[in-house]
Amino acid sequence: MLRVNLLLLLVAVLCALGTVSANHRARKLVAEYEREQNRMRELDVEWGQLQLEQSTWANHTRIEQIARDKLGMRVPPPGQVVALESAK
Amino acid sequence: MKFARSPILNQRLSPGRSRLVVLALLGSFLVLAGRSFYLQVFQTDFLQKKGESRYERVIELSATRGRILDRHGDVLAISTPVKAVWAIPEDARLSPAQLRRLAGLLEMDVRELNRKLATEKEFVFLKRQIPPDVVEKIAALSLPGIHDQREYRRYYPSGDAMAHVIGFTGVEDAGQEGVELALNDLLIGKPGSRRVIKDRRGQIVEDVESIRAPQEGKDVTLALDAKIQYLAHSQLKKAMQEHKAKAGGVVVLDAKTGEVLALANAPTYNPNNRVKLVGAQLRNRAFTDTFEPGSTFKPFTAALALEKGKYHFNTRIDTSSGRLTIGSATIHDAHKHEDLTLAEVVQKSSNVGVAKVALSFPPDEMWQMYSSLGFGAPLKLGFPGEVGGRLRPAKSWKPIEQATMSYGHGISVTLMQLARAYLAFARDGDLIPVSLTRVETPPRTGTPVFSGQTAREVRSMLEMAVQPGGTAPKAQIPGYRVAGKTGTAHKLDGGTYAAKYVASFIGFAPASDPRLVVAVMIDEPAGKQYYGGDVAAPVFAEIMSGALRTLGVPQDLPLKPLIMAEAVKEGV
Repeated sequence: MLRVNLLLLLVAVLCALGTVSANHRARKLVAEYEREQNRMRELDVEWGQLQLEQSTWANHTRIEQIARDKLGMRVPPPGQVVALESAK
Repeated sequence: MKFARSPILNQRLSPGRSRLVVLALLGSFLVLAGRSFYLQVFQTDFLQKKGESRYERVIELSATRGRILDRHGDVLAISTPVKAVWAIPEDARLSPAQLRRLAGLLEMDVRELNRKLATEKEFVFLKRQIPPDVVEKIAALSLPGIHDQREYRRYYPSGDAMAHVIGFTGVEDAGQEGVELALNDLLIGKPGSRRVIKDRRGQIVEDVESIRAPQEGKDVTLALDAKIQYLAHSQLKKAMQEHKAKAGGVVVLDAKTGEVLALANAPTYNPNNRVKLVGAQLRNRAFTDTFEPGSTFKPFTAALALEKGKYHFNTRIDTSSGRLTIGSATIHDAHKHEDLTLAEVVQKSSNVGVAKVALSFPPDEMWQMYSSLGFGAPLKLGFPGEVGGRLRPAKSWKPIEQATMSYGHGISVTLMQLARAYLAFARDGDLIPVSLTRVETPPRTGTPVFSGQTAREVRSMLEMAVQPGGTAPKAQIPGYRVAGKTGTAHKLDGGTYAAKYVASFIGFAPASDPRLVVAVMIDEPAGKQYYGGDVAAPVFAEIMSGALRTLGVPQDLPLKPLIMAEAVKEGV
């Protein structure tokens, strides 16, 4: 009888230790998950800011100014345009 | 020796004392049991809550407002997080040096900061919408009683070019104007929250439950084409300066889908910096301001005449006198014409001619047509402040009113209504709804207003108006056949028509298979020129040619230099 009891006690202790370590691991994983989620949010914000930056650089007023003043581009007069027929 | 045989046990206590001890012990057990029963049963909720509050936290999950995109996915409005700095004045006991540092970082005056902190309130915003890096520096000072919170700021990278369509939001992230208001329900995000367990270092260790999942705001894709919009905006601005006009508006519609490709207004404003804003800048004239359209209304009368079969393309109308007297009023033409055909009445914009045609129809039929073209009722695009213009019931029309209405006086419309009504000519007589958002599957046919034959005939009349001999040769574009109509209307000023004008031009191209409708309205041009053919038609030509090139619409005319004849003066 005593031996059986001792065995059961040992099993109970082992189970308890197992629970503790599983819980610990779960918490660590949750913390890691949270970190990644935060990183995702930060990257999202950064993406938004990059989009904003891109569309600020791609502003049509700015592009027209550069094309006109810096690169000396202009719309060709009708005489200089040749219309191509699309091959069907 | 066994314990039971201990001699001490043989000593007898007096029964009273032993009973007292037993009762005392029993009583204390009862008290203990009662207390534990009370805590476990009656107080359990309270205690459990207390315990949870030691380790459980509810976290707010913020949701971002959706973006507004143009039809090609370019960003027109986007939210990005910023910070607000607030204080609990009672806790904020700062040394003069700390105050100076804080004021410097907030770009505020020290005195103003002191004034804000001197309040009796428990909570005060010091400054809102600050870039996050500045707030990090403030947090690094770790000043007592100074806190920050996250909020969003809306940016509009295209600035004043699209201000009227997009509108803007307030500090609380709610739409206040334009699409931001019209589609606020879609754009707005719903913040959520969840319950977690935190350890003593503040790290989340367990996810208990999600109380409410946050709903991110949805992105909205507009029908707007940023390139065409920019073109419309810059050409309108140029014309405003050239003609010293008070205001102006441009609408570009896709004739195939009914999408609004561009909508520009002047004067405009920068939505990113709305410090010195006045009401006139805010108005989206294309939707909220009505005007008397003038001669741009004439093609509708011509279309009615064709539709009812009473007139043909070449029916002659007696306009040689240049005047028409109805009751006590007389209608004039700008100058005398020979007898004109119906087509020439539209081409040369003869008031007398069109009035004569109109008077041969009962008011009812005219009202019916105007109404089915969408005049007199708002388009219901959900745009804030949208109006429907004035179209009085046919019963109240006097003959002179019916005559003036045929050339666009005594009736008021918005530029958007007018542009949409021209869709009936640009398409084969049917009307489709206009859309501010991108249309994925355009309707193949809309509500029929005119027959295809009528629409085609009016199209060729409008093409004549743009050619030499018409009122708007300046609307011609190299490589494309253009059709359109000028308008020059006196403005009502205190009940009488004054020497102030609204110059307009509405047209479409390529005339062989119309793709775009462009409507231009210039309010009170104050320069030497005020005719629609001189003021609005060149703006139309610039926008139309640029837009057709952008869209890659095939040309329907050989490229050759344009013949710029003098415009025929239209009746005003």
